Amino acid sequence: MKAILGKKVGMTQIFDEQGKAIPVTVIEAGPCYVTQLRTLERDGYQAVQVGFEQVHPERLSGGEKGHLSYSSVPPLRYLREFRLRVEDEIEEGQRVLADVFEVGDQVDVVGTSKGRGFAGVVKRYGFRGGPKTHGQSDRQRAPGSIGAGTGQGRVWKGQRMPGRMGNARVTAQNLRVEVVDAERNLLAVRGSVPGARGGLLMITQARKSKELFKQRGE
Amino acid sequence: MNLIESLERQLEPNPNIPDLHPGDTVNVHARIIEGEKERVQVFKGTIIRMRGKGAGANFTVRRIASHGIGVERTFLLHSPRLEKVQVVRQARVRRAQLYYLRERRGKRARLREKRT
Repeated sequence: MKAILGKKVGMTQIFDEQGKAIPVTVIEAGPCYVTQLRTLERDGYQAVQVGFEQVHPERLSGGEKGHLSYSSVPPLRYLREFRLRVEDEIEEGQRVLADVFEVGDQVDVVGTSKGRGFAGVVKRYGFRGGPKTHGQSDRQRAPGSIGAGTGQGRVWKGQRMPGRMGNARVTAQNLRVEVVDAERNLLAVRGSVPGARGGLLMITQARKSKELFKQRGE
Repeated sequence: MNLIESLERQLEPNPNIPDLHPGDTVNVHARIIEGEKERVQVFKGTIIRMRGKGAGANFTVRRIASHGIGVERTFLLHSPRLEKVQVVRQARVRRAQLYYLRERRGKRARLREKRT
């Protein structure tokens, strides 16, 4: 099962065999527990529910405790589902450690991007804004025209305008696993990962990895 | 101790790199890859700054190349490509970044030797 939950710790760099510096994001991954298996018969879809980060039992509601008692796992703060084909060897209550991945694996990392609040169109969509000079005033970060004149009479749906930005689910695809240390629950992937330090991350085998295509025989 | 520190602690200090300071004149032996071949290139100059900590720590060496052209090169302190660093001379300097050397040439760019 190539899936785990973790927490973003931060970024640093490591050196490869050729002495090249590689930027990596360090993730505190696991220990996780399989809390429930979703099956076609009962739930209508296949998935593995995984829990992460042990907490004091008083932090959980009665319902949460009851749910966890079925798979007899410790009290956990986060529960997330991975849509995996349920393989036989996965059992409820099973521990998942960082060593489900190997160095060189391609993974997707899902996180919640940093919230930017109500952002203008320059930050949010990369619009160019207006000219700085030639007698312009108050137009430097303005969106410009948002549509046609009275012939059209309205603004198209989907017109990009200012609004809330960030704090959304973002997936970083095809990151290479550079370091795995199950003893320290450490995982490091190449490049950056969505979200702030301390944010919850879901790490799975990359959907578009060559390895996965090979497994499916494509 | 967080996990980044624990990862960076694995970096063993290179035994061939002594303590470096701004103002030091050094010979930096860096391994470079030319096509297929690998060889060691020596870069000689003055350290004008030490920067960063942990895995990203680096230092910049300035030397005057031919025709009085200043050349600066920055090396990663923990890079395995650094063969060794020799300190040739230590100077007494009064700041951490010796950027003022960039505006000086010849005699005015001299540094006072450190007395021990």
